[in-house]
Amino acid sequence: MTKQQANWSPYDNNGGSCVAIAGADYCVIAADTRMSTGYNILTREYSKICKLADKCVMASSGFQADVKALQKQLAARHLIYQHQHNKQMSCPAMAQLLSNTLYYKRFFPYYSFNVLGGLDNEGKGCVFTYDAVGSYEKVGYSSQGSGSTLITPFLDNQLKSPSPLLLSVQDAVTPLVEAEAIDLVKTVFASASERDIYTGDKIEIVVVNATGIRREYMELRKD
Amino acid sequence: MNFMASKQPENSLLGPEADSQRTLYPYVTGTSVVALKYKDGILMAADMGGSYGSTLRYKSVERMKPIGKHSLLGASGEISDFQEILRYLDELILYDNMWDDGNSLGPKEVHNYLTRVMYNRRNKFNPLWNSLVLGGVKNGQKYLGTVSMIGVNFEDNHVATGFGNHLARPILRQEWHENLSYEDGVRLLEKCMRVLLYRDRSAINKLQIAKITEEGMTISQPYSLKTYWEFSAFANPAQGAVGTW
Repeated sequence: MTKQQANWSPYDNNGGSCVAIAGADYCVIAADTRMSTGYNILTREYSKICKLADKCVMASSGFQADVKALQKQLAARHLIYQHQHNKQMSCPAMAQLLSNTLYYKRFFPYYSFNVLGGLDNEGKGCVFTYDAVGSYEKVGYSSQGSGSTLITPFLDNQLKSPSPLLLSVQDAVTPLVEAEAIDLVKTVFASASERDIYTGDKIEIVVVNATGIRREYMELRKD
Repeated sequence: MNFMASKQPENSLLGPEADSQRTLYPYVTGTSVVALKYKDGILMAADMGGSYGSTLRYKSVERMKPIGKHSLLGASGEISDFQEILRYLDELILYDNMWDDGNSLGPKEVHNYLTRVMYNRRNKFNPLWNSLVLGGVKNGQKYLGTVSMIGVNFEDNHVATGFGNHLARPILRQEWHENLSYEDGVRLLEKCMRVLLYRDRSAINKLQIAKITEEGMTISQPYSLKTYWEFSAFANPAQGAVGTW
């Protein structure tokens, strides 16, 4: 009697793309609002962005149930941190926590592809990019999700980030001004939704700067 | 849900005796549930069939049930798992009532609870084989959400499970709008259910439509939809191929 094989998968890919760009005194985090499964669209208005702390915002694409569970975990841990330290977690601290949380489930991973964006302790923009099991890196910009293969080369071309392998560590943060970065994000998503079937409907753009956090939206192709 | 055969055993940490405890496939199943928000609340429709593979075993299965004062749950998939979920919710609502503090769980809370239950079962590789639709109204706020067997959840103005996603959602995307009247909502749902009846082989022509508003919940008596079979393609289907059926 051969062993029964499972005929269901605990994972699904709900699609979508996320982008984050760090500036001198701001950070732009954006994601589309489409949630799909297979060739179907489940909903056109689903937010992939989650505010984890005052100056720290995460965008995640992948398997939505795992993303939700991850967001809940981090929010709960942040609350405990606030009780214990009487202050908000900084973005680099949250970055480490996210990495540890992901690796904790190394052998049944959160199928979640994350970009973390915000301001560090000096008020400078920072972006951290992750894989599904917690390997992470501080970068000047990043994109994850189904459209990342289309978006990343374009960002590379526009933002020319110095390689982290250079011996004298160079600043990866873009010299672009906030409005220019937002414009770049809009352009990049408009292009991605032309060719990636899982990206579209609407972009949700979150901007973190010294004055706080603000949100704006842009319509995308619905097909 | 993909049907990929795993090359290595997924549950390699536990012995073979644990396998008999895990859900492998559903036995008695219900088909699509379709629901939409309208002016006063939520309208939900589901047929009353319980299929046992390709046999139509049960023809009076109520796949929509009220939960507490403010919510309505519809389920497709394994009927026994739906009954188990109703037991969990019974206990949840009981404890909520026993607080006797004038507060009661609204549809958002019940949906969140169900999401957690479904996700946790999926984590243990022993899912409740259902796709759930949770709708309700509390304090004037309408809510309509859905959870799948692996915990994928979202809320929207209209939702559907199973085949309903393929056949009903496109119709709803085209014709749904804010502040539908009750009659328009029912007409729209019936349109969706009729298409499902024609094209989903597990659908039966005996359905209920449930309505939930701030005032409360009502479920219609079972009834059947009028169908039209006089299309020329259906008349004399053996034309051109004598002897076929």
